[in-house]
Amino acid sequence: MKVVYRRPKSLKKRAYHYCPGCGHSIVHRLICEVIDEMNIQDRTIGVPPPGCSVFAYHYFDVDMVESAHGRGAAVATGIKRAYPEAIVFTYQGDGDLAAIGTAETIHAANRGERLTAIFINNAVYGMTGGQMAPTTLNEMVTTTTPYGRDIKLEGYPIKISEMVALTKGAIYIERTAVNSPAHIQKTKRVIRKAFQAQIDDLGFALVEILSPCPTNWKMTPIESWRWVDNVMAKEYPLGVIKDSTGTKSAD
Amino acid sequence: MNKRLMSGNAAIGEAAIRAGCAFYSGYPITPQNELTEYMAQNLSRRKGCTFIQAESEISAINMVYGASVAGVRAMTSSSSPGISLKQEGISYLAACELPAVIVNMSRGGPGLGSISAAQSDYFQATRGGGHGDYRTIVLAPSSVQELADFTGRAFELADKYLTPVIILGDGMLGQMMEPVEFTGSYPEVLPVRSRALRGAKGRASRIVKTFTSNPAELEELNWSLYRRYQLIKKDETTCETYMTDDAKLIVVAFGIGARIAKGAIKNARAAGKKVGLFRPITLWPFPTEKLQELEKTCHNFLDFELNMGQMLEDVQLSLSDKASISFYGRPGGVTALPDEILRVITRIYHQNGLDKIK
Amino acid sequence: MKGSITTDRELCKGCGICIEFCDKKVLAFDAKVNLAGYIPVKFINNGECNGCGVCAIVCPDVAIEVYRE
Repeated sequence: MKVVYRRPKSLKKRAYHYCPGCGHSIVHRLICEVIDEMNIQDRTIGVPPPGCSVFAYHYFDVDMVESAHGRGAAVATGIKRAYPEAIVFTYQGDGDLAAIGTAETIHAANRGERLTAIFINNAVYGMTGGQMAPTTLNEMVTTTTPYGRDIKLEGYPIKISEMVALTKGAIYIERTAVNSPAHIQKTKRVIRKAFQAQIDDLGFALVEILSPCPTNWKMTPIESWRWVDNVMAKEYPLGVIKDSTGTKSAD
Repeated sequence: MNKRLMSGNAAIGEAAIRAGCAFYSGYPITPQNELTEYMAQNLSRRKGCTFIQAESEISAINMVYGASVAGVRAMTSSSSPGISLKQEGISYLAACELPAVIVNMSRGGPGLGSISAAQSDYFQATRGGGHGDYRTIVLAPSSVQELADFTGRAFELADKYLTPVIILGDGMLGQMMEPVEFTGSYPEVLPVRSRALRGAKGRASRIVKTFTSNPAELEELNWSLYRRYQLIKKDETTCETYMTDDAKLIVVAFGIGARIAKGAIKNARAAGKKVGLFRPITLWPFPTEKLQELEKTCHNFLDFELNMGQMLEDVQLSLSDKASISFYGRPGGVTALPDEILRVITRIYHQNGLDKIK
Repeated sequence: MKGSITTDRELCKGCGICIEFCDKKVLAFDAKVNLAGYIPVKFINNGECNGCGVCAIVCPDVAIEVYRE
């Protein structure tokens, strides 16, 4: 019997605290698979955010540094500039990267910091109980938009990846999802390409991952996975947003 | 012996580089821009060193946090409103037990305030400043030479106690030019902290964090910091006394306030008044014991600060209720001149009947 | 191609995603709850599994290991 699949080495054997069907669980594993395959476990440093993934450091078997809310890109900049040999990735939610962390994100990208930013977009603030995020869709009900998000009052679902793409320092930005086998495998390839961009010293790489949040969307896991395709991906189209790496596509 | 004429802001920069500072991030704000510019000019091209003009003071302190995690000597600087922005980051540094140096060249406040020197960030500096139960060591230089010397000391203390250290200067000290001498040469090898996070090679992976869902764990961290602070109090408290042995009135002042007061005290002495100066140098830990010792021979104190009375509270806490404590303050960035302080000293001297005591 | 899987019933949170994506219908909910209170999945070892690995790809909780002859 040949082993077709087992837990990656750099993912600690520990039960996740994430909800059943949560996208974090998948993405953590994919990042660890990439770390294993690229053989960079002993020089990777991760910067998780406050939020559901505040405990990311319980799962990634690499050096991890907690960051203040939104400041991951700045913390990662400090680490990478002080010790460029490290492979530094941030792991951030939609509030962290696109609300409070907007300035840090855009300017780290603009400076072309050699970082890999993993952006988990679940259109809601998870850990704090399901409030509106900048990425919340129009008419979507959240605990702070109980009558549905109203564009006139709350503005539009923000396209931070497209905004970051306008900076010259950002050299690879792709949006993917983790709601089906094909999408999950694609996401892994995109993550790998984003890490490779750092190793190749090219610039700032950002992977936006549409991630199911069954609990705060008030759906079953499988309903939430379908909702990503049927609703979310219509507002946030999957695919390459920017690629000036000159390397092979992640297709 | 090589004396150079330098501004305070530049002297801090030069001292930091000689102390092996490898990372500086800052954001322009008056009256400390010469420090940021000095680092841009002189740190950026040094091998293994980084200068970043960050997009905000918040970003700058978080970059310093990251650089400190990665083991290098890291510094940021700002002035009062920008230091307010850094408070969360400083709280994180304290919680993670990370060394860092934060320079505050204070200006008038509150709000956008004024660009001239003030001492109204004393509470912010000495009471933690950000959320949570922590303290930072606070050094209060009084001259350009001390700005240079205390910068080196700040990096040493930060590394020794794994805690952020604040250099509390002000706009006047930053701008004034005085002769300054630097000890030590530029380091050939930049210091790297031993427990830096640089990738888990040959060891278990490590986590630098502040959050816990277990209050008992956080309580233990707090007590551990408390025990460290007791050590710092015991070993690092620093102050200066000037003509206090026979003084009947002691002026208590720090930083630029002490410079102004010294001028006034010299004139008061010339007029036959027995006045001295007590100058806290570590504002935290505050030199309570030395001040209490002075109360054995002197019962009249004049607290003079460029604010509405902040160090005053530490003076009141230190002394017994038998001490007569007067206060004179000028907030908002107004500078009191030595003549003005001399008039205040004279008034209090007479008011308290000190000319009638032998 | 013959395959088989093992499921870790204590890591499984009963999200049901693997059941949804398994072509061979060799995964189903178990009868008993696990220690965390979830109803985990179990492997139906009827020879239909071809070791494609899709269940492990979609399993959020890394509760599945896949083997192939």
